[in-house]
Amino acid sequence: MLRVDDVRVAFDGVTALDGASLEAETGRTLAVLGPSGCGKTTLLRAIAGLQTVDSGRILLDGDNLTGVPVHRRGIGLMFQDNVLFPHRDVAGNIAFGLRVDRRPRHEIARRVQELLALVGLPGSATRAVQTLSGGEQQRVALGRALAREPRVLLLDEPLGSLDERLRERLLDDLRDLFARLQLTVVYVTHDVGEAFALGHAVAIMREGEVVQSTTPNDLWRRPADDWVARFLGMRNIRDDGDRCLVIPAEAVVVEPGDDAVVRTVERRGAVVWLRVALDDGRELDSVTTDSGHPRAGERVGVRIEETSTISVLKWKG
Amino acid sequence: MFLKHKVSGVALVAIPTAFLGLFFVYPLATIFRRGLGNSLPTDVLFDPGTLRIVWFTVWQATVSTALTLAAGMPLAWATARLAFRGRGLVRALVVVPFVLPTVVVATAFLALLPESMQRGIVPILLAHVFFNVAVVVRVVGGYWARLDPSLWDAAATLGASPGRRFRELTLPALRPALAAATALTFLFCFTSFGVIVILGGPRFATLEVDIYDLATQTFDLRAAAALSLLQLVAVAAIVAVSSRLEARAGSRLPIAVEQVAARKPRGWERPALVATLSFAALGFGLPLAALVQRSFATPHGAGLAFYRSIGDETPTLLVVPWRAVEYSLAYAAAATAIALVVGGLAAVAIAHRRSGRWLDTVVMLPLGASAVMLGYGFVIAFDTAPLDFRGTAWIVPVVQALVAAPFVVRIVAPALRGIDPRLREAAAVLGAPPARVRREIDVPLVLRPLGIAAGLAFAIALGEFGATVFLARSDRPTLPVAIFRFLERPGATNQGTAAALCVVLMAVTVLAVGAADRLTSRPGAF
Repeated sequence: MLRVDDVRVAFDGVTALDGASLEAETGRTLAVLGPSGCGKTTLLRAIAGLQTVDSGRILLDGDNLTGVPVHRRGIGLMFQDNVLFPHRDVAGNIAFGLRVDRRPRHEIARRVQELLALVGLPGSATRAVQTLSGGEQQRVALGRALAREPRVLLLDEPLGSLDERLRERLLDDLRDLFARLQLTVVYVTHDVGEAFALGHAVAIMREGEVVQSTTPNDLWRRPADDWVARFLGMRNIRDDGDRCLVIPAEAVVVEPGDDAVVRTVERRGAVVWLRVALDDGRELDSVTTDSGHPRAGERVGVRIEETSTISVLKWKG
Repeated sequence: MFLKHKVSGVALVAIPTAFLGLFFVYPLATIFRRGLGNSLPTDVLFDPGTLRIVWFTVWQATVSTALTLAAGMPLAWATARLAFRGRGLVRALVVVPFVLPTVVVATAFLALLPESMQRGIVPILLAHVFFNVAVVVRVVGGYWARLDPSLWDAAATLGASPGRRFRELTLPALRPALAAATALTFLFCFTSFGVIVILGGPRFATLEVDIYDLATQTFDLRAAAALSLLQLVAVAAIVAVSSRLEARAGSRLPIAVEQVAARKPRGWERPALVATLSFAALGFGLPLAALVQRSFATPHGAGLAFYRSIGDETPTLLVVPWRAVEYSLAYAAAATAIALVVGGLAAVAIAHRRSGRWLDTVVMLPLGASAVMLGYGFVIAFDTAPLDFRGTAWIVPVVQALVAAPFVVRIVAPALRGIDPRLREAAAVLGAPPARVRREIDVPLVLRPLGIAAGLAFAIALGEFGATVFLARSDRPTLPVAIFRFLERPGATNQGTAAALCVVLMAVTVLAVGAADRLTSRPGAF
C-alpha cells in the first residue's frame, strides 16, 4: 500500500501541497481528481521523488521513501505528453530502464517484445518515436514505465493530449491492463469521467489538500461538501442554513402539470437534460432517458423525490 | 556524491572564468595600464586624425550594414517562406562566405575587380556584404520561418495589400531578429580588419587597422592603447544599445516552436524568387570563381604553377608555404579543442546554473574586443616571466579559441537549454542515477550542436587573422598570415601564390565544416 502522509510543498512561499494525505491500495487504481492548479501533479512528482517535500512522509508497503532519491524508488511514471527519448527508437525507449538495471541482453530483447505486445504495438520495435501517432506514443510511454515492473505506476493525465475517440479506446485498454497486471496505480486527472471510469477509489484534491477519498459510488452519494458536488457535475445545489442541499437531476421528475416552464432542452448522448423554471423563480435541472420529453416553452409539472436529496457541508473557501 | 556534484559545479564555472581572466581580461588590462598610466589620453582621442578614423569606421560600418540588410532580406524571405527545390542547399551555401577567412574574401574581391577599383571603399563595402549576408539570412530568416502565417492570411482577407502586410505585420514582427542581425553585422563591420587592410590600401583605416599600425609600425603604445580603449567602449555601447532594442522589440506576435511549413511560390513571388536566387548566385559565386580563376591564371596561360610554388622556397616567408597549411591545421585543431572545453563548460554553466548566468555576457566580450586588440594585448602582457608565453606554440591556439568560444557557447547553450527537463526526469524515474542521466540524455542530444560548433570553431580558428598576425612566429605562419605576406608583395607570382593558398584555405574550411556537420548528423542508434 502507498501512503502519503501530511505532505507539504511550497514554491517560493506559494503553497502547492498543504498537508496532502492519501492511501492507494495494492493492486487497485486510485484516481486523483481535481481542477488544474490544485496540486495533483505536484503530489505525483512528490511520490515519484522528482519533488522534494518540505514535510510529511511517503510510505510504500511500510518503507519510508521520503528521502530516497528518485532513481532508487522503483516507481513508474507516465507523463502527460509521454516525454519519449527522441534519440532512441521504440525498443530503445522501452529498454531504457532495463539497461539501467543491467539486465542481460537477451532478457531485455524478450521483455521488450512482451511489453510491445502488452501495450498493443507489436512489430514497432525499430520505429522512430517521432513517426508514431499521439496514441501510439502514449502506448510506448506506458510500456517504458511498465518495463521494470514498478511497485506503483503513476500516471499524470496520460490521455490529456489525445482526441476524444482515441481517449476512450486507451481508457478501456488501460483499465484492462491495470486489472490484468494487478497494478497499484495512482491516476491523476481533471476529468470526472476518466476518474470514475478507472478508479476503484477517487481522491478529490482542492488547493493542495485531499478533501475526500472514497469509492466512486460513495462519492456520488455523499460528496464532502457543495464544492465537491459542483466539481462532480451536480446541479441543483442551494443554501440550506449552514449546510447545502443537493437535488440530483435524476430526482427532479418532469411530468404533465402546471408548476413550471421548460427553458432549454439538450440531448447529450443517451440522456436528455431539461432546465425548468419554477413559477417561484427557481431553476432546476432534470435528466431523463425518455425521448417523449416536453419541448422548450411548454408548461410542465415538477416533482422532487425528497428521499434522494442530499444534505452536504457548505465549503467556506 | 553530493560533494562530488558540488566540486564539478564549481569547476564548471571556474575553468571558463580562469581562462577568460588570464587570457582576456589580463592582457587588455595590461594594455591599458601600460599604455595609459593614470591619465586619460585626451590628446590622442581628440586628435583630428583620430576623429577622421572614428568617422570612417562608423560610416563604413553603417553603410555596410544597410547594404547587407538590403541584400540579405530577399534571401531571408525566400528561404524562410517559400518552398522550392534546393532550398536546403541554398540555406547551407549562404553560410559558406561567413566561415571563409577574411583574407580569402578580400583576395577574392581583388581577383574580381578591375585594377582601378581594387583599393577603395567599393570593394570594402562589397566584401562586408558578402560576409554578413549569412547573418541576416540565418538570424532573420530563422525567425521569419517561425512566424505563424495565418496572421498574414487574416490580414489579406481583411484587404491588406502585400506591401501593407509587409510594412504593418512583417517588419514589426521581425523587429527582434532585425535588431539582432543589424547589431551583429554592424559589430563585425565596425571591427573589420582583414578586409580593410587588404582592400583599403593606405588611405582607408578603421580603428582596428589604426591600432594595428600604431602597434606594429610606429610602436606608439600609448596611442594604440587609447584607441583600443575607445573601441572597447564603442563596442560595449553598441552591444548595450542593441540588447536594449532587442528586449524592447521582444516578440508580441505568436511564434511557433517549430518552423512553419513553407509553401510553393505563387504570382509575383515566382519572378521575385528567381531574381533573388540569381542575384545570390552571382554575388556569392563571382568573387569565389574569380579567385579560383586567378589561382590558375599563370603568366603562361592556365596552369598549376602557383600551386606548385606552394611547395617551393620563397623570399616572402621563412618557410616553404606548404608548411603554413600544416601549422594552420595544427593550430586550428588545438584551438577547437580548447574552445570546445571552455565554451562547452561555460554553456553548461549558463544553461544549468544560476552562478553561470553572468558568464553569458562575459564569454561574448572577446567577440567585441576585436582580434587586433587581443593579439596586441597578448604581445605586451605575456612577454615577461612568469608569463612569458610569446614564443610558445600554444599561445596562437589560445587566442584563436578565445575568438571561437563565443560561437560554441551560442550554439551549445541554447541546445542544452532546449532539452526538455522532463526527459532527464523520465530517465531518473526509470532508475538512472544523475551521471547516467547526463550520459544518456544530455550528451547524445547535444552531440549534433556540439559537432556544428566544432566545425564552426575550426573554421574560425583557421581563418583568424587579426590576433594571429601578432602572435604567430615568422617561422610558423598560418595560412591567412602567409596569404597576407604574399599579398603585401608586388608581382604576379606573389599574387598568384596568394590566390592558390586562398583556394587551399577555402577548401580546407569548407571540408572541415562539412565533415563536422556530416559526422554528427547520424541519428543516435539504439
